[in-house]
Amino acid sequence: MSAEHAHAHHDDHGHDHGSYSSYIKGFLLSVILTAIPFGLVMAGGFESRALTAVTVIGFAVVQILVHMVYFLHMNGKQEEGWTMLSTIFTVVVVVILLAGSLWVMYHMNTNMMPQMDHELMQGFGS
Amino acid sequence: MSHATTDTRRQYWELEPHHHPEGASTSLGFWVYLMSDCLMFAVLFAVYGVLGTSFAAGPGPKDLFDLELVAVNTAMLLLSSITFGFAMLAMGKGDQRGTLRWLAVTLFFGLCFLGIELYEFHHLIHIGAGPQRSGFLSAFFTLVGTHGLHVTFGSIWLVTLMVQITRTGLIPANQRRMVCLSMFWHFLDVIWIGVFTFVYLLGMI
Repeated sequence: MSAEHAHAHHDDHGHDHGSYSSYIKGFLLSVILTAIPFGLVMAGGFESRALTAVTVIGFAVVQILVHMVYFLHMNGKQEEGWTMLSTIFTVVVVVILLAGSLWVMYHMNTNMMPQMDHELMQGFGS
Repeated sequence: MSHATTDTRRQYWELEPHHHPEGASTSLGFWVYLMSDCLMFAVLFAVYGVLGTSFAAGPGPKDLFDLELVAVNTAMLLLSSITFGFAMLAMGKGDQRGTLRWLAVTLFFGLCFLGIELYEFHHLIHIGAGPQRSGFLSAFFTLVGTHGLHVTFGSIWLVTLMVQITRTGLIPANQRRMVCLSMFWHFLDVIWIGVFTFVYLLGMI
């Protein structure tokens, strides 16, 4: 039992360099996932700008996952899961940081610049 | 008695620390470094997100960016990523000549990427859209420039590693360095996905 465990443990530490087929698969997926958003934006995008933006961001997220799996060989077993755990932690921090910054600064801009607040300015005038 | 033996087996603890070969935790440590680098890029992305619309009555993304050039640049980085993958596969087979050849191809694509980026920066500064023009351009040059600086240092590392492999062959230490550099190189490609999506594509919509 312990010998079996030790064996499995050592396998987890072996560096996985992937194979030709996995690299080619990742490459082709990346090309497709890059070409579609570029083509979409170059062609002028959808009528709704928000829809175009969401689509482009969606393709980026999928492509990042493709890179993680096919090029960086991410899986839950590497280094007994510590690689995955540190990645998840980083993603959480990045999301809080980006969403928080944009949220706070957006409200700062809309609420704290009196010259931007035309309705209020007109109110003062009358 | 049999009961006692089962108990002993159940209470088996590994008191000795695991015997890892030298450098076994390097890849995890390097990954943690990359994650901290990722946080730094996240801050620069946040800065760009906040300042990206502060044009100071200057030119905006639609006046400045050339998507076809960015597409070529993206292709260069993606090609360099897969050729580094081939270098890793050649290393796995113990093929030193093949490893060096694929590393040279990777370096070529990396330098193409840097050349195109420098051309773009030079063009922008030449037409008066330098980093001092507006908050948007300061954030743009900081974010894209930092990524370019990473690729520059990655290229220097690549040359260093090619010299080391030529001198000492594919010894375990060099293999470890290859694993680290491959993670670094693929990581830069991942960051570039964020750059071309959030800076170039969303700016042109």
